[in-house]
Amino acid sequence: MNTVLTMAMPKGRIFEEAVDLLRQAGYPLPPEFEESRKLIIDAPEAGLRFILAKPMDVPTYVEHGVADIGIAGKDVMLEEERDVYEVLDLKISACYLAVAGLPGGNYQKVAPKIASKYPNVASHYFREQGQQVEVIKLNGSIELAPLIGLADRIVDIVSTGRTLKENGLVELEKIADITSRLIVNPASYRLHAMRINELVERMRKLVENKGDVQ
Amino acid sequence: MSKPFVFEKPAGMRDTLPAFYQKNEDIKNTIKKEMESWGYQFIQTPTLEYHETVGEASAILDQQLFKLLDMEGKTLVLRPDMTAPIARVVSSSMKNVAYPLRLAYSSPVFRAQQREGGRPAEFEQVGIELIGEGTSSAEAEALALMTEVIKKSGVQSFTVAVGHIGFVQELLADILGNDNRAAELLRYLNEKNYVGYTSHVKELPLSSIDTQRLLKLLDLRGGIEVLDEASRLAPNTKGQQALEELKTLYKLLQDYDAAQNIVFDFTLFSHMSYYTGIVFEGYAAGIGAPIASGGRYDDLLSRFDRKAPAIGFAIRMDYFIEALGSKNDSTKKDCILFTPERRKEALQLAKSKRAEGGNVVMQDLSGVRNVDEFSKRFDEIHYLIGSQQGEDL
Repeated sequence: MNTVLTMAMPKGRIFEEAVDLLRQAGYPLPPEFEESRKLIIDAPEAGLRFILAKPMDVPTYVEHGVADIGIAGKDVMLEEERDVYEVLDLKISACYLAVAGLPGGNYQKVAPKIASKYPNVASHYFREQGQQVEVIKLNGSIELAPLIGLADRIVDIVSTGRTLKENGLVELEKIADITSRLIVNPASYRLHAMRINELVERMRKLVENKGDVQ
Repeated sequence: MSKPFVFEKPAGMRDTLPAFYQKNEDIKNTIKKEMESWGYQFIQTPTLEYHETVGEASAILDQQLFKLLDMEGKTLVLRPDMTAPIARVVSSSMKNVAYPLRLAYSSPVFRAQQREGGRPAEFEQVGIELIGEGTSSAEAEALALMTEVIKKSGVQSFTVAVGHIGFVQELLADILGNDNRAAELLRYLNEKNYVGYTSHVKELPLSSIDTQRLLKLLDLRGGIEVLDEASRLAPNTKGQQALEELKTLYKLLQDYDAAQNIVFDFTLFSHMSYYTGIVFEGYAAGIGAPIASGGRYDDLLSRFDRKAPAIGFAIRMDYFIEALGSKNDSTKKDCILFTPERRKEALQLAKSKRAEGGNVVMQDLSGVRNVDEFSKRFDEIHYLIGSQQGEDL
């Protein structure tokens, strides 16, 4: 019962929602949590230690077991395919993965080029569609690629669609719905079963109640 | 591709330096001694096997196999595990030795790492296979031996999770029939994707009772009481049988005094697709991956035309040693620094010290440049220097 669980948290977009959720679930987190620039934050009253990582890296920390649990977007889970348990849909940071491109673009080229921050997701998706494409990995501002001719289409997450619209792109196909997930290292899942089960159950109740209200 | 630098090794390959080597050997010897004392006989199989036989029988993903071609163009693999090669041996070289067979191994295995570093592509496994034995006694023996090995090596805090592939398959088949729907759910369980499993179950056109049965499966983790919970899911006869097996197994493990660290976990699936019945994994505090794992594989031997039930487990030495933490090497290291005129005296001293079991280095003084630096490596230095007989400086 006295073991401290290490939780990998994604910095950025999902972070604040995730912190909110944990507080609502009754985990007392230090007030300086959001402002701190520290990468490791202890919350002894909650029996938790947080590490703040790039969202794309959260499953890596959890798979290697340096974090017992973590919060990661489904987009990251699909891209990274790490050996971790995906135990709960937290239903926060909802968005979706989609293919987008210029309106009226020619998509029947011999070697179509796809730019994405998610090269695995992109090549998986097009293979399943029976299309051979060449994937170009970018790290951000993906919308730029079709505008200046680096790629024909892009695969990226869409939340409001505003970025696409403002850059004159249109959504072509939807790939998958995305929300944040609670993930668990397989060894920790058994070694710290009691503590992790408790956390999962508290979060589950919260998430389910929220679903009822909406 | 640039030419490798002289200090580089292929991805995932590691050197073992003296200190670690010694520790590894010591622990391995403890493990091997325990296995031998339970009557297991060690064997060795070749590093290279045919892809079409052992490569395909092994449950390691094809892209993780190191492959090469022999002179005739046949595809060879570096053995990715030891269970498949031993199945081959048992069905060929040892074909005439009657079952049950108790065999053990201590060998490196090879699994290519494509994604990134941090995981070795070659690591040692020490394990046993109990072949031609289908009883609960065999299962208890394998689990008890694994527990004993972990304890004897000095791993302080560990948990062994026991699951049953057969039970899960039967429960799914009972509810969904033997069609693709069950396979789909099994895939989610294999991928550890409970979110996907849960939402898929909720979408299936099932009675609310059946939906609950499927969802409850994910909660079947914990002590012996889990077996009763599992029984309430009203599995079919084969499923009930699996639970009875596990109950018996637990009783037998209590007789072995090996039940304290056992938890039941029906969500446990192994990467090894050849497992058919119970599966188990051992975890140690602070290590993010299983230090040991095993299970029953009743179909593998028939691939090699000598059908038999079998069970086995393997200790993963790299994680296992990590779990043990740093333990000091207790062997005393002596050094005799001598000059040639007192060589005979030095030889005699070394001989007597070695006879007592010590590690003794004999070093000609003129062969060492920095005596102070060199001396630091030893617990005790004996100087036999100069012409004066019998005087230690």
